[in-house]
Amino acid sequence: MLNRKKIQDLMNEPGCATNQAKSEKERKKGCGKQLTPGAAAGGCAFDGAKIALQPITDVVHLVHGPIACEGNSWDTRHVGTSGPELYRRGFTTDLSNLDIVNGGEKKLYKAIKQAIAKHNPPAVFVYQTCVTALIGDDIAAVCRAATQRLGTPVIPVEAPGFVGSKNLGNRLAGEALIDYVIGTREPDDAGPTDINILGEYNVAGEMAIVKVLLERLGIRLRTAITGDARYNDVAAAHTARANMVVCSQALVTLARKMKERWGIPYFEGSFYGISDTSEALRAIASMLIERGAAPELMERTEALIAEEEAKTWAAMEPYRARLSGKRVLLYTGGVKSWSVIHALQEMGMEVVGSSVRKSTEADKQKALERLGGDEDKLVDSIAPRDMYAMFKEGRADIMLSGGRSQFVALKAKTPWLDINQERHHQYAGYQGMVTLVQQMDQALSNPIWEQVRRPAPWDIEE
Amino acid sequence: MALIVSHGHSVTRNPLKLSAPLGASMAFMGMDGTMPLLHGSQGCTAFALVMLVRHFREAIPLQTTAMNEVSTILGGMDQVEQALLNIAKRTKPKIIGLISTALTETRGEDMKGDLKLILERNPELADVKVIPVSAPDFSGSLETGWGKAVTAIVSALAEPASAKQQDCKTVNILPGVHMTPGDIETLVDLVEEFGLKANVLPDLSGSVDGHVPDHFIPTTYGGATVEAAKNLGRAKLTIAIGEHMRISAETLQEKTGVPYVLFDRLTGLEVSDRLMVCLSNAAGKPVPAKIRRARSQLIDAMLDGHFYFGGRKFAVAGEPDFLWSWGKLISEMGGELVAAVTPVHAGHLSELPCQQVIIGDFQDLEDQILEAGGADLVISNTNARLSCQALGVPHFRAGFPVYDRLGGAHRVHVGYRGTRDLIFKLANVLIDHPDHGHGHGPVPHSTEHDHAAAPALG
Repeated sequence: MLNRKKIQDLMNEPGCATNQAKSEKERKKGCGKQLTPGAAAGGCAFDGAKIALQPITDVVHLVHGPIACEGNSWDTRHVGTSGPELYRRGFTTDLSNLDIVNGGEKKLYKAIKQAIAKHNPPAVFVYQTCVTALIGDDIAAVCRAATQRLGTPVIPVEAPGFVGSKNLGNRLAGEALIDYVIGTREPDDAGPTDINILGEYNVAGEMAIVKVLLERLGIRLRTAITGDARYNDVAAAHTARANMVVCSQALVTLARKMKERWGIPYFEGSFYGISDTSEALRAIASMLIERGAAPELMERTEALIAEEEAKTWAAMEPYRARLSGKRVLLYTGGVKSWSVIHALQEMGMEVVGSSVRKSTEADKQKALERLGGDEDKLVDSIAPRDMYAMFKEGRADIMLSGGRSQFVALKAKTPWLDINQERHHQYAGYQGMVTLVQQMDQALSNPIWEQVRRPAPWDIEE
Repeated sequence: MALIVSHGHSVTRNPLKLSAPLGASMAFMGMDGTMPLLHGSQGCTAFALVMLVRHFREAIPLQTTAMNEVSTILGGMDQVEQALLNIAKRTKPKIIGLISTALTETRGEDMKGDLKLILERNPELADVKVIPVSAPDFSGSLETGWGKAVTAIVSALAEPASAKQQDCKTVNILPGVHMTPGDIETLVDLVEEFGLKANVLPDLSGSVDGHVPDHFIPTTYGGATVEAAKNLGRAKLTIAIGEHMRISAETLQEKTGVPYVLFDRLTGLEVSDRLMVCLSNAAGKPVPAKIRRARSQLIDAMLDGHFYFGGRKFAVAGEPDFLWSWGKLISEMGGELVAAVTPVHAGHLSELPCQQVIIGDFQDLEDQILEAGGADLVISNTNARLSCQALGVPHFRAGFPVYDRLGGAHRVHVGYRGTRDLIFKLANVLIDHPDHGHGHGPVPHSTEHDHAAAPALG
C-alpha cells in the first residue's frame, strides 16, 4: 500500500531527541504508539498532513475521498493569512459508491483540472485518504500526469488516515514538501539573513508578532512551514541560511533533510514564553552569524531582548497580585510547556499539573525542574473523569487547554482558557505572554463563577 | 415545481454535505447512557467529534475502533471487539451505537455478522445493547445517517405491545435531524397540552440541550432510555417529522403495528393546523384555548411580517428536509426562493416553489445567487459564511453546524409560536437590510449597513 520504508524511517528519526534517548531495541519499534480501540483520542494521519499543509494560503487543497474527510472538517482551524484566502475553501472529490466501484482516478484528474481552471493557483495539493488508498487509486501518477498536462505543480500527499496518528501525518506532509516542493524555485532575492520557521502554523495569526521581532533585527522570514506561507516561498525555502524548528516532533525530519541536502543548520526552539523567545532569537542570530551575517547582529539581538523582557515583565507586573496563589492546570498535549510554566510561576501562580504527551525528553526534564521535581505533576494524559474531580474538589482554579477538554472544566464550573488551535488570541512572543496573563486574569475574575457556583435557594441545607 | 439537477462537477468546492456516520452519531446523542462508536480510522471520529462539540458546546461522547493499516488489510473484527470491551469496561454505557464508515464498508466488512460472534463469546457485553448501523460516508448525507440510526434503534429495541400494555394516551415522536432540542421540547409541550404523553426517540432535548449535571458522566446524559425505546410499541400513534424519518416510522409500524403520521415539516400555519387536528383526534379533545390563541398570534405575525418578505430574494442551502422546511416558509410568506442547494437527491424537493434545486455545494450557492442577480438573505449553516462574505449577503445561521452563534439548541421553529417568532426574527433581519438593490415592498428606512463587511446575523 503505502511506502512502508518511508514510514519506518520517519518513525526512527535520528534528529529526534526522544528517539535518540531510547535504547536500540525501543528505537526499532518506532515511535508509533498502538492506538487502543474504544479509548483513543485524536486525529488520523490525514488530519495531521492537512493541518501541516493547509496554512499554505494561495494553493488549492484537494481531498480525494468520500465526504467525511473534508466535509466534516473544512475551514475549522483558525490559521491566519495576511493575503490569499484560497486555502480556506474546501475542495474534495466527494466519492460516491459508484466512484469507488469504478476507481476514483479519472474523477480526481477532472477535479484537479476544474479547480485549476476556476482558481488558477500556483499549485494544487492532493490528499490521499483511507478509501482511495484502499481501492488503490494511484494519486502520485494522477498528480504527475496533471502536472505535465496542466502546467501547474500538483503535489500528492500520501497520508491516508489508517497509517497512523496525526503526528505521523505531520511528518508525511514534510515528506511531500521535501520530495516535491522545496528547492523547485530559485529566488532572485536570497539574502544573508533569511530564515525559515518549521512547524509554525500561524494559529490565530500570531506570526505577525514573531515577524515584527525578526524585522527589527533585520532578519527576513523566507517562509514559515507552513503558517501564512505562499507556495513560491516554500518552493524557495532551500535558500534560507538557517531553520528554526518549533513543535519539534512534527517536522524535525524535514529540518534534518534540508540540512543534508542544502546544508541549512537548524535548531529547535519555541516562541512561547519569555525566556524561550529570547533563547530563540539568540539562536537564530548566532546561526546566521556563523553562516556569514555581520557579527554585530548579536549585539542588536541582546539589546532587543533586554528591552523586550523588561517591557514584558513590567506589563505583567500589575497582574501578579491578582493571579498570585492561583492554581493552574496546563493541559496542552503539544507546545513546550516549561517556558510557559516559568512565566506562570513568575506571576506567583502554582502549576498543579502539566501534560507532556508530545514533549521531548529534554523538555520534560526542564519542565520537571520547574515543577520542583514533582513527577506527579507531569502527566501524559488525565482521564476526563479525574480531571473533572480535580475541579470539583477545588484542586485547580483554571485550566489552560484545547477545545476538546473545555467542557470538562466548564461543567465543573471552572474557568477555562483555549490555548490550542481554535483560539482567537495570540500567545506567541513577548507580547503573547502579556496577552495570556491578561486573558487568565479576565477568566478568573469574571463575576459569573461566584454566581453559578452558588446553589439554588431550595438546595441549601439549613 | 422545481427541477432537481446535479451540479455536475467532479470537484466539490466548499462542501455542503456532511457525512452519514456523523448523522448517525448525532442520533445516538439523543439516547441516554450511550456511547456511539465509529468503526473506522480515528480521524473519522475526531472530525465528527470536533464538529459536534463546536455546535452543541457540550462534551460529546464518541469513540473509534481506530482502524490501522493491518486491520484495514486483515479485517476489523478484532478492533470492534476490543473497542466494545474497552468501552463497556471504562464507561459502562447502556447502549453502544456501532456505526460503520466508508473505510470498513469499502473493504466489505460483515460488521453485523462479526458483532454476533463477538457478543456470543463475550458475556461481559450482555448488559450493553450494541446497535449496529450501516452508514457509509459514500452514500447519503447527514439526514441519511440519522434516519438509518433511528431505524436501527427502532429495529433493535422496539417491542410489540400486548393488548393490556397499549396506552392510548401516548404518542411517539420521531424527530428529524433538522429539529433542535428546543423544537422537541416545544412539540412535547404541545402534545401534553392535549392531555397526551410523548415518547420521543431520539430525544436531543434531554441530552444536548445545554444543562449542567452535578457529576461526571462519560456517556450521553439524558435522552431516550432503552426502556422508552422498548415501549414505542405501546403508543396509539407515531408522529414522524421530515421525509427522512419515513423509513423509521414505517419500520416501527411493521414491527409493532403502531400507525404513523408523517409531517413533512412543522413550521408554518397550514402544517401547524394539521398537527393540531392530528393531536386533537388522537386525544379525542378539542384544541385548547391557549393553542387557539397562539394561532391567532401567528396570523397576526404573518399580517405584520409579510411586508418584509414580499418581493425579497432568499437563498437556502442545507440537507433536504431543512431546505424543504425553510423553502416552504419563505414562499408561504411571499418571499422568492432564488437559490436552493442540497447535498443529496430527495424526490419531494421537486415540489419546492422555485425553478431548480441544485444538488451541490456552497460554490453552487454562490453561483446561483450571482445568476439571480443577488439575494437579500442566505439561510444556511455556519459553513456558508465564506460564500456570504464573498457576496456581501446577510447570513441567517440555521441548521448544522452552527458554531459561531450561541443558543442554537434553544431556537424554536415548530408550531404556531415557533413560526411566529421565526417570522419576527427573519423580518427583523430584513428590516435591517432593506432593499439589496432589487427589492421592492414598503420597507421603512433603517440604519445604514456595510455590505462589504458581511453583516453577521442569525
